[in-house]
Amino acid sequence: MSTATTPGLGADHLAHVAESATPAVHRGGEERHGIRRALGVLVRIALCLVFGLPLVFMFVSSFKPDLQIFSDLGNIKAFLPVGDISFENYSGVFGRVPFAQFMMNSVIITVVTVVLGIVVNSMAAFALARIGFKGGGIVLGVILATLIVPFETLALPLLWWSNKLPFLGPDGFTEGWLDTYQVQIIPFIANAFSIFLFYQYFDSIPKELDEAAKVDGAGWFRIYRSIVMPLSGPAVATVAILTFLPMWNQYLWPLMAVQSEELRPVMVGIDYFKQLNTSWGQIMAYASIITAPVLVLFVAFQRAFINSIASSGVKG
Amino acid sequence: MTTITVAEDASAVTTRKSVPPKGSRSSTTTALLMLLPAAVLLITFLLVPIGLTFGLAFTNARLISPRPAEFVGVDNFVRLFDDETFWKSLRNTIIFAAVIVPVQSACALGLALLVNVKMRGVNFFRTVYFLPVVTSMVVVSMLWLFMYQKNGLINQVLLKFGIAGPDWLGDPKTALIAIILMSAWQAMGFHMVIWLSGLQTIPGDLYEAAELDGAGTWQKFRYVTWPGLRQTRTFILITITISAFALFTQVNIMTQGGPLDSTSTLVLMAVRTGFQQQQTGYASAISLAFFVLVLAVTLVQRYYTRDKDVA
Repeated sequence: MSTATTPGLGADHLAHVAESATPAVHRGGEERHGIRRALGVLVRIALCLVFGLPLVFMFVSSFKPDLQIFSDLGNIKAFLPVGDISFENYSGVFGRVPFAQFMMNSVIITVVTVVLGIVVNSMAAFALARIGFKGGGIVLGVILATLIVPFETLALPLLWWSNKLPFLGPDGFTEGWLDTYQVQIIPFIANAFSIFLFYQYFDSIPKELDEAAKVDGAGWFRIYRSIVMPLSGPAVATVAILTFLPMWNQYLWPLMAVQSEELRPVMVGIDYFKQLNTSWGQIMAYASIITAPVLVLFVAFQRAFINSIASSGVKG
Repeated sequence: MTTITVAEDASAVTTRKSVPPKGSRSSTTTALLMLLPAAVLLITFLLVPIGLTFGLAFTNARLISPRPAEFVGVDNFVRLFDDETFWKSLRNTIIFAAVIVPVQSACALGLALLVNVKMRGVNFFRTVYFLPVVTSMVVVSMLWLFMYQKNGLINQVLLKFGIAGPDWLGDPKTALIAIILMSAWQAMGFHMVIWLSGLQTIPGDLYEAAELDGAGTWQKFRYVTWPGLRQTRTFILITITISAFALFTQVNIMTQGGPLDSTSTLVLMAVRTGFQQQQTGYASAISLAFFVLVLAVTLVQRYYTRDKDVA
């Protein structure tokens, strides 16, 4: 809470988390230095194995027939793409579940929520941080207070509530949101934490810019669209990533709110493989393809990912 | 009209003397309009459900039912306190949180210290430690379900060291530990990054000053790093606790709460009653108990971390 009023603690402040390091952490005695250093490297490599090998095992196993996965378990081959390597498991996956449909659903749900979330939450934060109005402080306080409520406590009442909500869609008015796309999207657009992140960032942009724009005759919405938003790239990236990850990984909510196969996202699809005759090779293949898009994005935007997580910690 | 003008004046003062822009008669109106979409959504999908959690807990509401919900007083809570699964779930949830909060935050701090140095390849290490975080819990659960099998990868590796591993998820004695281990594995990188951002707010000259005073590695950690991480510590403590109490995905995929309810959790129980058995009223009572637990623990944590600020 306290940092909410402290300017300058926005994402920009952490922009170099991904590469800089506090100096002088590792300065010890001259002689022990070499041994300690080597030991340190060994520990770091061992930890790499702990965190990396299970994922290597998953990807490697996805290309092996079940029999070979099991026979490789006892030796190093479990982590190597050797032996009877094929895409058999992948074609098995495509035969077993409507994979393209699941994937498309996840992409639609995630992209729409991320895009609308950026617009809706940044507008709200702009109103609070830069325009301001009587009672704005209370509104911000309420929004921040809700951060302590985990979604899981609301999931069941929300499920009941969603079943009562009306919706105006292509079929006219319908009652009940269960088993739709919108039930997977609309409840997650407005996000207290995203508003807070935008608020913090907007607050750190010099207010003189607004004054100058007003002199030139710009209205508040112009200022939002043409000045503040273009300057807020890091905040947009942070919110996009912090919305994208949980949306893509969503499991509890679609498990309950969606019954039709054609509306299900990828994560819920994994339940299909646990049912009749488990094929671990196929499970690993499915797990690999639903993880791959995130990993690719992560590797491509590594700094942004790490910075977004880092800035999520500034709320204190 | 007059009230609007007053509101405008007040807003002009609160927003650091900004003048309403030309052409717009009231910046308050613009502000409210820009706030509107988020406000409507937050009220509908956050505030109303919070209210419903309280309201429905005292009714016999069912997920899909032609009859309207009836007020039943504290019946749901009476039933809850008699429910053996509830106490087991509560116990498991608390054990899970009590173990994972210190273990995960300490290990994550260790990782952060390891990668907060200038050395070749440190970025690579950070990335690898962070990989499980971008892997969904659903995927991680399936992967570890496989690795935890009796003849699975983990026991095969243990065998190399001459250890006969247990039937991790099949034995009520080890199931919760197994879930704790894989959960810590998945989330540690997340908190590593947050610790790291905290570490980097500590000015480097503090370390240099400490060195001039002859401080060793441990003393530097104790008297410079640790106090410098006060805010980060509070944040990490509270976020790990909240997410630990919300434990669901892992147990739903790996054990469904078994064996013998040894991994059942409050959220799992709420989902079972509220979704599978469609008893929204009872599920709301469980959710409320869960909410009260989270709130109580968070307030206690805030109180204690705040107390230390003064001392």
